[in-house]
Amino acid sequence: MRSLRTEELILNMGPQHPSTHGVLRLLVTLDGENIVEVQPDIGYLHSSVEKMMEHRNYTQNIALADRGMDYLAALVNEMAILRAAETLADVPVPERARYIRTIFMELQRLASHLLWLGTYGIDLGAFTAFLWCMRERELIMDLFEATTGGRLHHVYFRLGGVNEDLPPGWTDRCREFCHYFLNRLDEYHRLLTGNPIWQARTQGVGVLTREQAIAFGACGPVARASGLQWDVRKSHPYEGYDRVDFRIPVYTEGDCYARYLVRMDEMRESTRIILQCLDQMPDGEVRAPRVPLNLKVPPGEVYTRVESPRGDLGVHLVSTGGETPWRVKIRAPSFVNLHALTEMMKGWKVADIIAILGSIDIVLADVDR
Amino acid sequence: MVRVPADGSRVAPIEQLVEVLHRLPGGQILVTSIENVLNWARARSIWPLTFGLACCAIEMMQAMGTRFDLDRFGVIPRATPRQADLIIVAGRCTIKMAPVVRRLWEQMPEPKYVISMGSCATCGGPFYYDNYSILKGIDTVIPVDVYVPGCPPRPEALIEGVLKLQEKIQKERRLTRRLQEAAQAGA
Repeated sequence: MRSLRTEELILNMGPQHPSTHGVLRLLVTLDGENIVEVQPDIGYLHSSVEKMMEHRNYTQNIALADRGMDYLAALVNEMAILRAAETLADVPVPERARYIRTIFMELQRLASHLLWLGTYGIDLGAFTAFLWCMRERELIMDLFEATTGGRLHHVYFRLGGVNEDLPPGWTDRCREFCHYFLNRLDEYHRLLTGNPIWQARTQGVGVLTREQAIAFGACGPVARASGLQWDVRKSHPYEGYDRVDFRIPVYTEGDCYARYLVRMDEMRESTRIILQCLDQMPDGEVRAPRVPLNLKVPPGEVYTRVESPRGDLGVHLVSTGGETPWRVKIRAPSFVNLHALTEMMKGWKVADIIAILGSIDIVLADVDR
Repeated sequence: MVRVPADGSRVAPIEQLVEVLHRLPGGQILVTSIENVLNWARARSIWPLTFGLACCAIEMMQAMGTRFDLDRFGVIPRATPRQADLIIVAGRCTIKMAPVVRRLWEQMPEPKYVISMGSCATCGGPFYYDNYSILKGIDTVIPVDVYVPGCPPRPEALIEGVLKLQEKIQKERRLTRRLQEAAQAGA
């Protein structure tokens, strides 16, 4: 009997798809139901931010970093740009401002991970997770709004500190939220962690080994789920991170479930960092005096990195001594993790595309810039 | 009485009924009443496309999420343009993305509406100057009904935009205009 002739099928997924988390196009080559190859087509959200930054001074670049880069972690982007500029210009930052920055970056991490958990829940058919996560995210937005005035884009950090001090009563509200949130985190665990459907969709799916993670330069929760103990907050501490006690969650399985667990543990650690910072925070100035808004950064080059919710966010800044940078290169964590995705997906079924894509938590503005 | 246009396009049963009705004495009142009922139904079940471009999409999700709950206005997100009445252009649109947005809009059935959410979709916003890749306003590609300002707009602002769209739909005179056009073509 003659065997049936089969051929590979190319499936075009996106740029409009409810589960691509933005405008990503995936060219999936299928053999029946099995994935042979995945090719991401990016650039649908290329905002030319790196070019625009060359035309704006450092204070204006803070606002641009909010919007143009990873919009789910606006404050971490601000920190990334400022850390490069402050290192090069040697701007002093008051102690209180360092703690406030740490608190806000960790709140931002919570907000980002909550949104990831909610949308990943929708991807895998757990709609309740979305509603619960949005409920807690709104409380974080309230905390942001009370201080920075913004919900998503804050423009709160400044060269040499932060814009203004915390409003009265904010620390108590924040502390209250942290204790409330730890209880809610247990609730998420009860809803999802032991859920047989959740486990069946994620456990053992989309494995990235430790060697592959290193070879692709994967970072953030994706690398930590593959057994790589790498966190910029520990290895190159900045702001208040060397003064607080926290743990880096590491799992060795490298599958979607491990990436989920890493983020769940990170949320707990972030809450611990916030509580410690609130206790340790000294009184005093929040902004260094005599730092002009149009600061002239001395000529030179610098590469600095911060830990964004998605991983290692690097900024390479070149200054020729003017009010604006001469060149800014952003090393985006989502971009490298998206590259690792091509390896994770090989050999899985077409239904696992969403589970694997959701688990790496990409933001397309971060990929394309 | 059934009118079949020369180009072979289908005429909806409601339009056939209206054509009969408006010939009757006092039929115009019936036509406008039907129109009001249709508008009422349309305005209270605006189904948007789940389509997010950038940051504003996050606020759109928050608006459909727990605290703001856009569902109570009959706004239920649909995953395919073929089931959608509304496309909320949430975020900056690149030149590479513009043909895709246009195509999505073309795939939606009539009557269809567009909300431009945020200043990037409205005019390019913060990405207007020194930029080579962002479209200077989505209204260069598709017609916009309601502009919601903000960077990004709060969920309340988006809800206000949806309410404004409901007002606009309530005032529409689609059937009357159709009849007038037919009369002019016949005359």
